[in-house]
Amino acid sequence: MDSFWRVLLLQDHNTRVVLAGACLFGAAAGLAGTFLLLRKRSLLGDTLGHATLPGITFAFLMAESFGFSPRSFPWLALGATISGVTGMGAVLMIRKLSRLKDDAALAIVLSVFFGAGIAMLSAIQQLPGGQAAGLERLIYGNPASMTASDAWFVLAASLIVAVVCGCLLKEFTLLCFDEAYAITAGWPVRSLDALLMGLVVLVTIVGLQTVGILLVVALLVIPPAAARFWSDELRTVSLFAAAVGGISAVVGVLSSALLPGLPTGALIVLSAALFFGISFLLGKKRGLLMRYFVEREAARRLQREHVLRAIFECAEGADPVVSIDALLAKRPWKKSQLASEVGLLADEGLLTTDPGGSSVQLNGRGDIEARRLVRNHRLWEIYLLTHADVAPSRVDRDADLIEHVLDPRLVQELEDILDDKARERLVPSNPEKVQP
Amino acid sequence: MMWSELDTWIVITGALTAMACAVPGVFLLLNKQSMLGDAISHAVLPGLAIGFLVSGTRDTFPMLLGAALAGVFTGVVSGMIERRGRVEAGASLGVVFCSLFALGLILIRLAADHVDLDPGCVLYGSLELAVIDSASVPRIAWQSGAILVLNLILAGFFFKELQLAAFDPRFAKASGIPAGWLQQGLTVITALTTVVAFESVGSILVIAMLIVPGATAMLLSRSVAGVLLWSLAVALCSAVIGHLSAISIGPVFLSLLTGHGNLGSLSSAGMMAVCAGLIFFTIFALAHLAQRLFSRVKEHSVTPQA
Repeated sequence: MDSFWRVLLLQDHNTRVVLAGACLFGAAAGLAGTFLLLRKRSLLGDTLGHATLPGITFAFLMAESFGFSPRSFPWLALGATISGVTGMGAVLMIRKLSRLKDDAALAIVLSVFFGAGIAMLSAIQQLPGGQAAGLERLIYGNPASMTASDAWFVLAASLIVAVVCGCLLKEFTLLCFDEAYAITAGWPVRSLDALLMGLVVLVTIVGLQTVGILLVVALLVIPPAAARFWSDELRTVSLFAAAVGGISAVVGVLSSALLPGLPTGALIVLSAALFFGISFLLGKKRGLLMRYFVEREAARRLQREHVLRAIFECAEGADPVVSIDALLAKRPWKKSQLASEVGLLADEGLLTTDPGGSSVQLNGRGDIEARRLVRNHRLWEIYLLTHADVAPSRVDRDADLIEHVLDPRLVQELEDILDDKARERLVPSNPEKVQP
Repeated sequence: MMWSELDTWIVITGALTAMACAVPGVFLLLNKQSMLGDAISHAVLPGLAIGFLVSGTRDTFPMLLGAALAGVFTGVVSGMIERRGRVEAGASLGVVFCSLFALGLILIRLAADHVDLDPGCVLYGSLELAVIDSASVPRIAWQSGAILVLNLILAGFFFKELQLAAFDPRFAKASGIPAGWLQQGLTVITALTTVVAFESVGSILVIAMLIVPGATAMLLSRSVAGVLLWSLAVALCSAVIGHLSAISIGPVFLSLLTGHGNLGSLSSAGMMAVCAGLIFFTIFALAHLAQRLFSRVKEHSVTPQA
């Protein structure tokens, strides 16, 4: 209990540093990751992280020839950056110059670069004097061992990411949603793309040493994917992603301080995954539950329209009292389904059922509503018949919304056609053959 | 450079594994699932840990079973997130494998109280050590051979269906081919191949050989059968050349470059991946060059007439 409060009140200097660094990193990665997600390149961070290995091992091998210590971090980071940027260049080149898709380019660069890194690592491990000891720890850091200077490093990187994303939000939005338009409108698309990728490189390189590769990939991917369930607005999504990244880092660091021995990075990833799970189920815009409700509502409304239209069409030009059996013959629906829908409509006050429940009749309000529905559906059918060339783009719209989808003049025109047809039906056609 | 019987087995095993991976890899490429190999190689970690915790022994079989199940789980769940949540394919894969990897790290940490379970040791076999075997034919050689044969038979048997499901899943579905099940089957086969192979030869070779030979072959051929054959050839070449350069040219080259005089032989799996990459980038450059030359020739032949 004592240690719990100690952690929660941030009494340890170390906890404060790790917390601040991880939180900032989470926010920066979430922000940069949003654009990656929208450009369908979420796994670029993964490829980049792996593509840094040959640079690091090569820098390690070359260090002495250039008079550096093989463990000097800036020197290794330089190697990592160069090979990371090369890897990314290779991805962009493969994508641009061949038929291969993004995912193939990412996988090729990841495996080939990582293979080269492994090959050089195996050479390093055979060097005399055990120089390789701890190299991997040096390369793939651990958030729990973050120092104050690491945290400052992260702070600088996240400030750069935030400022660039803030200033170029409009341009990045355009790049993400309509690259072709951006090109024709004369935007420097290639430099913008390179800048965006540069931000990702920055986040990755900073993250590799301070928080480890696992966290880099996870925090670039998971928070934006979670945020996407809550909004369609890029600004909201990116802020939300940054918040999710930051909060899951905080939750992870605190829980690892409370559960000593468990790896901090893994706990951060799992808390981000928890946020993802919650968003997946409950997200306001695209969550599973939300979509379920929306779809159920739509299905219910459709069912109601079907019943009203069926009653109206059965009663049209005949006895206004319609038997349930006639309705059942109209559409392939179950008796119980129909009965419950009729009950609901009766509660709404749109129709009256006879005491036995074997027939129904629309009352005044119900008749008006049914008339409106039938009219709209018939207009829609005529539209689909007469405007077959343009209709397909609108064919999946709701027939009831005809006034909102089509312009008033067209609706008027359709109504004329409908009236002609109605007139034809009222006036029987000439029984005698008309002589020419 | 000394060539021993071990080297022969390394080349044979490497080549068999590479070709075994290349077969499902072609269809992964067509399905735009190239990163699945990488994802599975991370995601098997909790499967290994659970297999170990449940069986309580360090036997290979329960852990492999757990790993294969985790691999299949990755494919299925990420597919579900992609469809149900409308999340982009790469992102849903990333969400799943990162979370599983983190879960695995924690499980291994918990299991470590009972016995020392080093993920690197269990998971990432080494080609050089695996061929050292008392039997006349090393276990991993016939094992990877068996997987190659299995994959070839399955690919041959379902060739038309796989092709159709990859290019036009809707049409496939409409003509009565269960495209969804085929894709799940592909995921299962990939997981199986991946897990068995990297228990013996290491994950890097698997990830590389799933995609690079297929991608190279796509630059060379336009029919799926052609791509399949070319990818087998590329896989074979990169295994042979990879091992040769790992024990001969590689260390010499690296020594010259870095000034370290006494570098031993390099990791064969790593060099096989590098060789596959070199083959890919060479053909990529040649194809691009040829295309440019061709278009220039065409330009020339058109202008005089005009």
